[in-house]
Amino acid sequence: MPRSTPLGRSVRAGICAAALLSLSVPAAFAQQVPIKLGFMTVRSGALAAGGKQMEEGMDYCLAERGGKLGGRPVELITVDTAGQPATTKTRAQELVERAKVDVIIGPLAAFEALAIDDYIRQVGVPTISPSAAAEDLTQRKQNPWFIRAVGTSAQANHALGEYAAKDMKLKRVATIGDDFAFGHETTGGFQRAFEENGGKVVQKLWPPLNVADYGSYISQLRTDVDAIYASFAGGNGLRFLQQYSEYGAPVKVIAQMTTVDEGILKSMGKEAVGVISSGFYTATQDAPGNKEFAAGIRAKFGYDPGYYTAGAYVACAFLDEAVKAVNGKVEDKQALMKALRAVKLDRGPYGEVTLDEYGNPVLAVTIRKVEQKDGRLQNVVLKTYPKVSQFWVYDPKAFLANPVYSRDFPASKNIGN
Amino acid sequence: MTFWVSQSLNSLALGGLLFMLASGFSLIFGLMRVANLAHGALFMLGAYLGLAAVKAGLGFWAAALTSALLVGLLGGVMERTLLRRLAGRTLPQVLLTLGIAFIIADACLMLWGGDPMRLPAPPELSGAVRIGDAVFPRYRVFVIVASAAIALALWLLMERTRAGAMIRAAVDDVGMAQAIGISSSTLFTAVFCLGTALAGLGGVIGGPILSVYPSLDQDMLPLALLVVILGGAGSLAGAFVGAYAIGFIYTFGQVLVPDLAYVILFLPMVAVLSVAPQGLFGRRLG
Amino acid sequence: MSARVLPYAVVLAAMAMVPLVSTSPFYVNLVSQIAIAAIGALGLNVLVGHAGLNSLGFAVFPGLAAYLVAWLSTVGGIDPVTAGIFALAGTLAVSALFALVALRTTGLGFVMITMALCQIVWGAAYRWTSVTGGDNGLSGVPRPGASLLPLERPEVFLWLCLAVLALALVQLGHFFESPLGVALRGARDQPRRMNAVGYDVWRIRFAAWMLAAAWGAAAGLLYAWYHQFVSPHMMAVTASAEVLLMLVAGGAGTLAGPLIGAALVVLLKNLASIWIERWVMLLGFTFVVIVVLMPDGIVPGFTRLRGWLRRLKPAPAPTLVPRERADG
Repeated sequence: MPRSTPLGRSVRAGICAAALLSLSVPAAFAQQVPIKLGFMTVRSGALAAGGKQMEEGMDYCLAERGGKLGGRPVELITVDTAGQPATTKTRAQELVERAKVDVIIGPLAAFEALAIDDYIRQVGVPTISPSAAAEDLTQRKQNPWFIRAVGTSAQANHALGEYAAKDMKLKRVATIGDDFAFGHETTGGFQRAFEENGGKVVQKLWPPLNVADYGSYISQLRTDVDAIYASFAGGNGLRFLQQYSEYGAPVKVIAQMTTVDEGILKSMGKEAVGVISSGFYTATQDAPGNKEFAAGIRAKFGYDPGYYTAGAYVACAFLDEAVKAVNGKVEDKQALMKALRAVKLDRGPYGEVTLDEYGNPVLAVTIRKVEQKDGRLQNVVLKTYPKVSQFWVYDPKAFLANPVYSRDFPASKNIGN
Repeated sequence: MTFWVSQSLNSLALGGLLFMLASGFSLIFGLMRVANLAHGALFMLGAYLGLAAVKAGLGFWAAALTSALLVGLLGGVMERTLLRRLAGRTLPQVLLTLGIAFIIADACLMLWGGDPMRLPAPPELSGAVRIGDAVFPRYRVFVIVASAAIALALWLLMERTRAGAMIRAAVDDVGMAQAIGISSSTLFTAVFCLGTALAGLGGVIGGPILSVYPSLDQDMLPLALLVVILGGAGSLAGAFVGAYAIGFIYTFGQVLVPDLAYVILFLPMVAVLSVAPQGLFGRRLG
Repeated sequence: MSARVLPYAVVLAAMAMVPLVSTSPFYVNLVSQIAIAAIGALGLNVLVGHAGLNSLGFAVFPGLAAYLVAWLSTVGGIDPVTAGIFALAGTLAVSALFALVALRTTGLGFVMITMALCQIVWGAAYRWTSVTGGDNGLSGVPRPGASLLPLERPEVFLWLCLAVLALALVQLGHFFESPLGVALRGARDQPRRMNAVGYDVWRIRFAAWMLAAAWGAAAGLLYAWYHQFVSPHMMAVTASAEVLLMLVAGGAGTLAGPLIGAALVVLLKNLASIWIERWVMLLGFTFVVIVVLMPDGIVPGFTRLRGWLRRLKPAPAPTLVPRERADG
């Protein structure tokens, strides 16, 4: 890369600005200039529900801190990416080039994050992902300017794989999941841990993301297995579980986090009761600080927090910690990025959380079960795996030498058994 | 055996659903030569209105009726105030109906939020029936029957009533129909109301299977277009056959050749159109 | 001729000077996006405005070109310019095959078959994960450029886009007035008579299809280089509909219409959205208002308005006002 690239320039400009600030401006004055925080959410189109939850998590975090992060007031600049990669790129340019933000929190979907991945590298703006879970963002395509406030796609599913084999003593499982990267990666993580603990995945179905009707897939799902593993995102979990129960639900369902996330659970009916899943966040989990958080969200917005609410909140809390660590000098982007990578929270939705050297959270993963409680559906914790990293029990180097989880990896050797 | 039975039932249910979706579109296109690209949005609006009516305490059937009436009314207003000016002008019609679709979709998002929602089937139709070894939801049996009933009712309307005769006359030759005293203005509005009301009704009846969510419109519009084009634009029989043909092709295609799941709908259509450019039942137009 | 060229030259020059007055590269990039969208809309205009073939699958041309150049220059490791040439050639080859199927139909059949072809390519991009990256798409697409032409700089990239746009305007302006362009409109309005007087309507339409594909592919190359990222979303039905809406809103069949329509949609989507939260609804209302006031689009609407105003003036003897074709 030539030396005159925008990266070089903006970094130097940032360092100069920081140096100037620290030299010439009294500290008290610097504290008054607001941090410009760019927030990429979705307000239009199919992903708007997640976007709304993200906005509420962010809103709650800022309100809780009196509109200040690390002692400095915050100017929040919110943009709507519409769930479209090209629009996301333009919105990122708007934030960086027009609004000149110091930090970005967002975007929502993995393909949106991938669409701006190169741009973030070029311009060098610290970015915290409140939701995008694509494995490679903190693995094989690590970005120096990017950290994540949620687990990777597979992070919680490794744990479910082990739990299903060891604790639930399941032998044979059929999987069904959205046919896109998130579905492939979640299912891949589950399959690997499940089969390494003695289980067998005997069938894998991949309905297209926008399939009109799950009927033909449900009729194909084998009934001679111990459980169905379902990995759906957005509204698809709702549709699948409802239709599966209409077809008599012959086999019990275990699921990936977003299939029965609190954000969608509120729309579900009795068909969701009994579904066992794993998640890096559960509204009822007994982590230090979560009780207050979950109760606060419930009081303010009227529902239990889930994936997106917690993700945006923690992204904001990470930033708060990092701004404190650099004494409010967010203009020094490299120092801020260093502080973000070293961030550690003792309390909050996740309880204790740190980042690994790849910028991905190491946190507690819970196994939970949907139950009807206090007049609503809730995920009730069955077991907690503390300090789970994105690499599960594997050595990071060996893990990264494998290809990313996909339809074909890990290889399915037990199909049809 | 069970495989063929259950997947055939799935195909029939999907076909029924597609007919509900496409019949209104086909009716409007047949008479008015208007490709109403707001059809998917009206379908979604119907589903949302039905859900709102159910939440407001109406029963499922009353909700379906209310929703059909409201969407039909909206369709009538659309036709009277806007589409009327654009008779015979395809491109402005495309711009208008897509513009309206944008407005409806965004309004639904504003009014009801982005959360996907369940539209519960009426209690008398919940649960499953057993046919041999195959398990099949009762509600889907209803969808199969209901779509056949609607098809029959539409056929009777077209073939056995005076209004139907007028519509058929106008389809064949608008000028001649007007010359013999048929008010095509009223007829057009009536047909547009009926066509959009069918979209609204379809939205409510499809709701318990599809659920109600933003972008339902974008998922449905291409399917409606597919049915209509495969069967032949503007022919009710064509829409019926097209819907069930797609129900079978889609269901069995997805099951037997999963690698082609995304294109299974479009390959047969390309094949049909390159052999019979007017669709299976279409008539050649002027 | 020069009087006709002047307004285009002024507009393009104004667009080229945005970097000199802009306070932020954001606006420069926005103008690049307008130029890219306009090149695509100009390509579609050949089919919709002049051949009378309404397509709901135009995104397949830019989509194929963008995927090809992205794949060749990342996975394939070929330098961006060569990759771009191969991508253009590849897109034209596939388009020629598609023409064999698509041009069998007209009217609604053509609308649907183009949509179907685009959906098939979209489906392949989505499902064939090992090659296309599935919904994650392909990222890290390198921009071409050397020390002489640093295309990573927004203003230089804008000038490249404007140069291509100017080329498109000149080429298409000439084409529409050439015998082939006239024959194309003849085949649109009176296909049977054209056949009867000895024109091969299919061949004329094929030429139009390939021309549309070529400019669509050019837009696709610029798109891939601009975003440095491709994903299946760029071939969704909504993406094709968006180009069609730009064209119809601006005025199908006119040369300026696609440019104005592209500017309108890109600005509403990316500039108005800064201040207006419900920009999708605004977009919808804008289309409805355009249809109500100027059913044939902005450019024909203003042409008519101008003619009407001229007639109000007590001025010189009435001249024939060149009227744009109303779609029949």
